[in-house]
Amino acid sequence: MGERFTVGLIVSNHFGVLNRISGLYGKRGFNIDSLAVGVTEDPRFSRMTIVSTGDEYIRSQVVKQLNKLHDVKKAVLLEDGQSISLEHLMIKLKTNGSGNAEIVAHLNSYGGKVLDIGDGYVTADLTASTDRINEFIEKCIPFGILELCRSGSLSLSKGTDNILSIQDFQ
Amino acid sequence: MMLSGAQILVEELVRHDVKTVFGYPGGAVLDIYDELYKNSHRIEHIITAHEQGAAHAADGYARATGCTGVVIATSGPGATNLVTGIANAYLDSVPLVAITGNVAVPLLGRDSFQEVDIVGITQPIVKHSYIVRDVRDLEFIINEAFALASEGRKGPVLIDISKTVQREKCEYVGNLKVSASAPPALPELSEALEAIARCGKPYIYCGGGVLASHAEEEVLRLSKLLSAPIGLSMMGLSAIPSSYELNLGMTGMHGKYAASVAQSEADLLIAVGVRFSDRATGNIAEYTKNCTVVHIDIDDAELGKNVPSVIDVCGDAKAILTEMLARLKPFRNEEWIARVEELKKGGEPADDDASAFTPRNIIRCVASRVGKDTVVATDVGQHQMWVMQHYPFEKPGVLLTSGGLGTMGYGMGAAIGGCAGCGWKRTVLFTGDGSFGMNLNELATAVSQKAPLLIVLFNNGVLGMVRQWQSLFYERRYSSTTLGRKTDFVKLAEAFGAAGKTVSTIAELCDVLDGPLPDDGPFIVNCLIDKDEMVFPMIPSGGSVRDMVLK
Repeated sequence: MGERFTVGLIVSNHFGVLNRISGLYGKRGFNIDSLAVGVTEDPRFSRMTIVSTGDEYIRSQVVKQLNKLHDVKKAVLLEDGQSISLEHLMIKLKTNGSGNAEIVAHLNSYGGKVLDIGDGYVTADLTASTDRINEFIEKCIPFGILELCRSGSLSLSKGTDNILSIQDFQ
Repeated sequence: MMLSGAQILVEELVRHDVKTVFGYPGGAVLDIYDELYKNSHRIEHIITAHEQGAAHAADGYARATGCTGVVIATSGPGATNLVTGIANAYLDSVPLVAITGNVAVPLLGRDSFQEVDIVGITQPIVKHSYIVRDVRDLEFIINEAFALASEGRKGPVLIDISKTVQREKCEYVGNLKVSASAPPALPELSEALEAIARCGKPYIYCGGGVLASHAEEEVLRLSKLLSAPIGLSMMGLSAIPSSYELNLGMTGMHGKYAASVAQSEADLLIAVGVRFSDRATGNIAEYTKNCTVVHIDIDDAELGKNVPSVIDVCGDAKAILTEMLARLKPFRNEEWIARVEELKKGGEPADDDASAFTPRNIIRCVASRVGKDTVVATDVGQHQMWVMQHYPFEKPGVLLTSGGLGTMGYGMGAAIGGCAGCGWKRTVLFTGDGSFGMNLNELATAVSQKAPLLIVLFNNGVLGMVRQWQSLFYERRYSSTTLGRKTDFVKLAEAFGAAGKTVSTIAELCDVLDGPLPDDGPFIVNCLIDKDEMVFPMIPSGGSVRDMVLK
């Protein structure tokens, strides 16, 4: 099956673009593990981070096929060693009555913080790598997870050599 | 100048040198058709019997002329009827602009009458598509669409234009110049050149990209410089004259014996404008076992897609080959040439008895009676493979055939489009009774357009290609391939206002072809052939040259 890999893309910011991109993955049989999208400093462009799984062949095909889409201004592979990836988690856990020292300790050890607390629950958030968030969630299961949501991974390259600047497309 | 969207469309078609469009009117394109009516002296519109026929006609027109084909259809069913034609153009990289009308802007997205999301439906089979909701965007979009269709790897682009946009007015510029992408830079060639310099048994595999890039002459010069035999993909078949001594013909599942065997023995494969389709290569590992592959293609995503570990050269074939020719030294391996000559002589199934009414003799008989410039369209199936094997193509671009999608029913529309593209000169369509049955309604179009089509119908009463597989691999269980129809194709032609003749011997066929054929309408030659004729050679699906069946 291969390893997880991350693609960063600058795309046109109009309706239908997400369809074309997800359609391309679907048509070629490539799975999307996570996808995050948001507008850039120029409202004409959005930036996406797509994480999927595959071998060297799939990695190279994904990037080449994405770059053929007219709405994709540029797609690049963000290699693990040369990029920083973070994901945002919000999670609502069951508590038994007032405060739960164990939950707070668990949260603190991962650098998360409490957003909302009430009768029988605590809502927290955590920004970390995908692997670390997976690990955190795993350890939350015994407390009782009421609900959670994740942003999908966001990635930027390290340094200033390989940046996806929208100035190149303006 | 203030113009309506429909006027802008017509002005831009004229500006892009579109002389002929194919289509079918309807509620959501009434405004466009009104402008076409007023501008009939500038643009010829050909109405077909069905939108699918119009799409294939635009495709055939594009292949025959090298210009971008244009097809127009109304919203809803008009648009969905284009889908097969768009997919066909996509898989064969044919430049096509498909224009559909859609409902008025306030009605979009409400499941209105004859509303479909054609942009969504066609998304996987277009290079790009647009839905136009604001007339101020239209001029740029049309320009970008034409640029996208014909630049880089060519293909279909769809513009879905709301009725509101067709009617509203805005300022028209009339001189936009849009380029979708910068022309590709000349890539690094040293690795490819070194591989060529090292080789002993070079082989050129030439595909449709050679026609798209107009690099036919350069491929021929490369072949002469290196004494390299040429094998052709189906899409590249007309690129090299069949009379050229090192042209071995088509490779692949039903390729020529010499073309496939020489490929398997070569130590260097120079692949130009091909995508190594599964029908062309069979088993990929076996296919490239003995050779280094230099792959030249304009589409970076094709490099490494189907054939791994090759020397990739991304760019325009003509520019790359021109540079290579300037930097390469002549090479000649007498042993290799002798081996190729030997392969050309042996292996092929023996010639048929000259008087036998066989597909090969029928094709040769037709070919000997039409000029080298004659546009030849085919449908899909056994007859198509026989044409690929036996028709002596001499001029680039005269062959219109459905390669990647294998669209039965492509032929009638394509032949009409090709005929329009070549100035309504005699055009040949080879078809089978199965394929012809799918879109024979376009006979009506050929009659009203006075198109002098010579329709050579290989009539065996069965779906021959599927039957062949059933014979070879399914123990003769002829599931749904024996048609048992009672269609009288001569009467059918007459009912449409055309003429035809049934023949069952070569002498009768010659008589018909030598007799006067109508210059102002189609003529069907209904050739009754044996239902158990098969296409050989054949390399079974996923096999290699070692599995080739010769008879």
